[in-house]
Amino acid sequence: MGDKFIYFDHAATTATRKEVVEAMLPYFTEKFGNPSSIYTLGRESKKAIEESRDKVAKALGATSKEIFFTGSGTEADNWAVKGVAYANRQKGKHIITTSIEHHAILHTCQYLESDGFEVTYLPVDENGLVTPEQVEKAIRPDTILISIMFANNEIGTIQPIAEIGKIAKTHKIYFHTDAVQAVGNVPINVEEMNIDLLSLSGHKFYGPKGIGALYVRKGTKMISFMHGGAQERGRRASTENVAAIVGLGKAIEIATEKMDEYNKKLLALRDRTIEEIQKKIPFIKLNGDRYKRLPGNVNFSFNFIEGESLLLMLDMKGIAASSGSACTSGSLDPSHVLLAIGLPHEIAHGSLRITFGEENTQEDVDYLLEALVPIVERLREMSPLYEKDKCSCK
Amino acid sequence: MYSEKVMDHFMNPRNVGEIENADGVGQVGNPKCGDIMRMYLKIEDGIIKDAKFKTFGCGAAVATSSMATELVVGKTLDEALKVTNAAVAEALDGLPPVKMHCSNLAEEAIKAAIEDYMRKNGLLTEENSEACSRRCDDIHRIDDED
Repeated sequence: MGDKFIYFDHAATTATRKEVVEAMLPYFTEKFGNPSSIYTLGRESKKAIEESRDKVAKALGATSKEIFFTGSGTEADNWAVKGVAYANRQKGKHIITTSIEHHAILHTCQYLESDGFEVTYLPVDENGLVTPEQVEKAIRPDTILISIMFANNEIGTIQPIAEIGKIAKTHKIYFHTDAVQAVGNVPINVEEMNIDLLSLSGHKFYGPKGIGALYVRKGTKMISFMHGGAQERGRRASTENVAAIVGLGKAIEIATEKMDEYNKKLLALRDRTIEEIQKKIPFIKLNGDRYKRLPGNVNFSFNFIEGESLLLMLDMKGIAASSGSACTSGSLDPSHVLLAIGLPHEIAHGSLRITFGEENTQEDVDYLLEALVPIVERLREMSPLYEKDKCSCK
Repeated sequence: MYSEKVMDHFMNPRNVGEIENADGVGQVGNPKCGDIMRMYLKIEDGIIKDAKFKTFGCGAAVATSSMATELVVGKTLDEALKVTNAAVAEALDGLPPVKMHCSNLAEEAIKAAIEDYMRKNGLLTEENSEACSRRCDDIHRIDDED
């Protein structure tokens, strides 16, 4: 392996920004006070948390009292779905979601099904989109929650969130969106979009790992997730992870400030990569909507080859990316998202996800294309599926 | 997660390709499961003179294919039939647990290619067509995993 290293997996995680780390550091050492303590040291920590809360609220168009810090995006998803479901059980037992949600939602919904709730998993079209009409049709008198992700982590498809929000509002049903991939990438306003609950995660926009937040619209009936002390106004007990909360606030502030510039840059990288791959490599398929997609997301399936092999060979060239193949997920099934958009298993196994971030350049794209074209060719040469004239076995 | 030997056999696979007029060809696996292995054998006087493969699959699938071809060349058919998945995995300094099915695939590919040879030479009474579909559909035991 050479010295070259290019990171194209920003949907997995991002590096914590230098300014963010600097903002966090004092809260590990000299400003270590417990925010619940009454003396100055404690009050300083408390103040830092509240400033961070203001920043998150501002980024979402919410009020600070509607922001609750959590340990992760997954926790926020769990809390949102279980919290609303259990608090509104008397009202109904039906939840609407989609078949392409992150496992943090899907597995939570499956858990609720085992506890007497009923869940509709809306199918998506070949680009991964649900329509507002689909959502409206699925509503029943006992529907208590609609949970639909803002943007998909694998194929980058952005859902018509504002339209769905309007429908949810009309029918007086709580609307949650898992916006873990969207925050910092796409403008979001919970008021304009009629979002009642929204999950986010710090490490997707150059903040630290192990910190997330849930926006909960004032007046939303939901149960507390963690029971204990009075932190987060009794809704999420636990001594606050002050440094991480400070980091999250700083990161979301910078992400919001830079969003236009960031998007412009990512779009240029994304669109050129998509166009060049389409030009240079035959037998491929772009997964996800060509335009309604995250600015940094590229996802292709390469026929006749398998994703893990592709990733390993790219890694040897110093390129870090990801795939929806079974071999990379630790299970034997390819990504549920790729299957939901209708890909046959063998095509889903051959997927590659490239997600750009702010340190990436057009030169990185040149390097990627230079490496990718011969690697795909080489793996195809090795593949018995490439020449279809031999064994007719399926 | 992979041993150096697996990575070596993945990055520099031995015996990739096809053998024209091979004496035995075996294909196992299923594209649905993400791996297919096809093995070609050249057999003279009951001894495997040459082996080549084509594989669609993960790093472990390619590496086990490569290792399997190395292991069988020079062996008699009886000896080659005794090459187990464990032997293939061991020769690669081990495989991660979730990848052990790849070594099963290698063992089955060897067997399938030898059976093909035996069938062609009247040493086996099975019907060709049935064997082909059986190989492709059933060998890859995904339910053994997880």
